[in-house]
Amino acid sequence: MSFGSLPEFFAMGGHGLYVWLSYGAALLVVFFNAAWVRFARRRYLREAADRMQRYPPAMRAAQETESGRL
Amino acid sequence: MTLKEFWHRLGSPRWFYQISGHFGWAFGALALGLLVIGTFWGLAVAPPDYQQGNSFRIIYVHVPSAILAQSAYMLMGAAGLVLLVWRMKLADMVLATTVPFGMSMTALALFTGAVWGKPTWGAWWVWDARTTSMLVLLFLYIGLYALRQAVPRQETAGRACAVLAVVGVVNIPIIKYSVDWWLTLHQGATFKLTESPSMPPEMWLPLLVNVLGFYCFFGANLVGRLRLEILRREHGTAWVQELMAGGRT
Repeated sequence: MSFGSLPEFFAMGGHGLYVWLSYGAALLVVFFNAAWVRFARRRYLREAADRMQRYPPAMRAAQETESGRL
Repeated sequence: MTLKEFWHRLGSPRWFYQISGHFGWAFGALALGLLVIGTFWGLAVAPPDYQQGNSFRIIYVHVPSAILAQSAYMLMGAAGLVLLVWRMKLADMVLATTVPFGMSMTALALFTGAVWGKPTWGAWWVWDARTTSMLVLLFLYIGLYALRQAVPRQETAGRACAVLAVVGVVNIPIIKYSVDWWLTLHQGATFKLTESPSMPPEMWLPLLVNVLGFYCFFGANLVGRLRLEILRREHGTAWVQELMAGGRT
């Protein structure tokens, strides 16, 4: 261990602001990258299930061919 | 499976979707373990630097994010080349889904660099060769993101992004060698292939652990993003319809 006590650890020898700002930013970036995937996937699956219910696959295929999307 | 077979199978998003689920979780678990160990080790156990004191601990997030920013870009360059030569669908998906991750890593490297620069160099920002070339990398990521949004046709957008990604790879050696080619404030590389690190092991070991942790996180994140992109782009195919109908995504 490099530090004798918790307050010493948080103070980082006077560089606490810089160290914790960096680690905070890193945590945010990692968290948002991970959360985005889960969130976007869940939303997509929900929307796809909605579409599936509203329009049966055969009907949708016809629509999409018409609008030139397939 | 031979390498050639593997290459051919990569052409099928369906095959990739079927095999990748477990890889995503394995990478994620590895990343979590490595990052918790590396961060605790770097923050609390490693000794302070004899000149920089405890501010040097920023290295354990700064260096991994900078390495990943460049690795992600090189992956996009490779994917761009594969797309232009073989027109592989999956390559365009890799190109598209790596952009937000790489952009966030570049921004994190620049931010932690600025925060480290303040107590070390006395300034948040200097127009130094290393920092400027990293800023160019950020602009390349923003350019790739904007280009895809601006071109409505998916195939055209993919090819345009592939060209930009491949051309932009020229910036990677500039970033890498910027600390050797020009006189800069930025310190030299910590890890080199040809010599042992200039730091003692108790300082560079946690760095190595965190770099590996960031790579595993990239793996997990990329697999997750790719699987969603496959569902989106292949939504009209029978196998995705079947998957969705059965709720087995």
